[in-house]
Amino acid sequence: MNAAPPVSPVYKVPHPLPLDSGQALEGCEIAYETYGTLAADERNAVLVCHALTGDQYLASPHPITGKPGWWERMVGPGKPIDTDRHFVICANVIGSCMGSSGPASLAPDGAPYAMRFPVITIRDMVRGLVALLDGLGVEKLHAVVGGSMGGMQALSLAANWPERAARVLVIASTARHSAQNIAFHEVGRQAIMADPAWAEGDYYASDARPDNGLAVARMAAHITYLSEAGLTEKFGRRLQDREAKGFGFDAEFQVESYLRYQGSGFTRRFDANSYLYITRAMDYFDIAEEHGGKLADAFAGTQARFCLVSFDTDWLYPTAESRHIVHALNAAGAKVSFVELSAPHGHDSFLLEHDQLDRVVKGFVE
Amino acid sequence: MSLRPDLAAIAAHVTPGSRVLDIGCGDGALMAELEATSGCDARGMELDGALVERCVSRGLSVVQGDANLDLANYPDKAFDYAILSQTLQTATRPDLMLDELLRVGRRAFVSFPNFAHWRTRAALLLGGRMPVTRALPVSWYETENIHHVTVEDFRDLAKLKGARIERAWFFSNEKQIGAPAANWRAEFAVFELSR
Repeated sequence: MNAAPPVSPVYKVPHPLPLDSGQALEGCEIAYETYGTLAADERNAVLVCHALTGDQYLASPHPITGKPGWWERMVGPGKPIDTDRHFVICANVIGSCMGSSGPASLAPDGAPYAMRFPVITIRDMVRGLVALLDGLGVEKLHAVVGGSMGGMQALSLAANWPERAARVLVIASTARHSAQNIAFHEVGRQAIMADPAWAEGDYYASDARPDNGLAVARMAAHITYLSEAGLTEKFGRRLQDREAKGFGFDAEFQVESYLRYQGSGFTRRFDANSYLYITRAMDYFDIAEEHGGKLADAFAGTQARFCLVSFDTDWLYPTAESRHIVHALNAAGAKVSFVELSAPHGHDSFLLEHDQLDRVVKGFVE
Repeated sequence: MSLRPDLAAIAAHVTPGSRVLDIGCGDGALMAELEATSGCDARGMELDGALVERCVSRGLSVVQGDANLDLANYPDKAFDYAILSQTLQTATRPDLMLDELLRVGRRAFVSFPNFAHWRTRAALLLGGRMPVTRALPVSWYETENIHHVTVEDFRDLAKLKGARIERAWFFSNEKQIGAPAANWRAEFAVFELSR
């Protein structure tokens, strides 16, 4: 991975950012993008939180891949999150690699942090986002919105900074990482750390990058974002560029070829150490644990309105996880909506074309 | 927008500013009315995802859920009113659902089609087949109404459950009718209960 071109504005947090580990991050930087205009009363701001491998390029082209923003179908003029009405903010989380402070950033000694970067949590990411909101002069968000890890951040904001958001929209997410979630992440981390080029994380000055390990991590994770039916429909057992089995170990099946393509493409835009740090943050995530063991207590007294959306084929963060959050919010007396949408594409459905999702997002965020 | 008569009766008798749970809220018509005209804090539960989506997109707080299972997650007396309109007869166990209504709500409104209406009686008596009437338009094999109930059955159940009937309203042909002989004359009934 090459260093991201400095295209996004960067907010320098004017104080050391305290972290859950007890450490503090000095000179923390947050790269962000905004869309639309902040109203004079500053009440039209919508914070969109990105997922594990996402970034701040929500509704504008990605500077490395040149692809459209990752949620351009949802955010823009006249879209469900309407930038004609709302001031939409999306920031790269700390620990990531698209301009915010992370393991690839330079430590005060002038060398990249690498594994010296402090281990962070989802709540630490949100601390960074809250610092950015302070910097932008946004006291109260009209809404905070996120899918997957973005949903975790939205929940964390609601639980820990309950005054900061009037609406909380959580899509295809969870209040805690399950053993299975942690297990899949550990496979990815071990793939990276087993790559000799990883070199204990100290590869930034080297020509060799742990791209093979990172690609395998991405391939394994990518499977969890899809559904079996979706894979079957898209690839079945079809062979790639051949008529018959080759009795070898090339990417003979289309699904193999697809996963390899996903894996290698990912290495061009993502830092392996960031992948370690962010997956670790997600594995540590358990909002109930942060609040004395009872999820309802995390949301006691909240005045925010919540909306949770799950997808019936999402086996990464299944509907039961959303229901668990809904039950806790009910117990806390919060205003909550919940709907399970039907979609064939598993966890990734939240990023794909889905008219019902559009209507729910539009209706809730409006 | 005109509400269904049973919902209109409920809307007219909910104390303004109350916390209300509408179980089986459908497209949210009653909730919207209660929020708009009575300043209520209304929450809903609905099994049908398409209806939930409509509620959410009109700004209502509605949870997709099964009242047979999901009411258990609400704390005691979380609401001033628990409302169950045209849903009791579809419950797995109407008696247990009535308990849950009076647990989560200080008061409950329950509306249901009266199976002892004279048309239903006549259809069964003279036709010898499960009635398909104006009030019960779906054939026996595809109706969601698995526990048909009459006005008198409901009064008995309320008594059995130690629930006090505060008020009752009866409807025929979309119009309110008097209480006398309601078990013959009413197509629909609405009861307000407390315990």
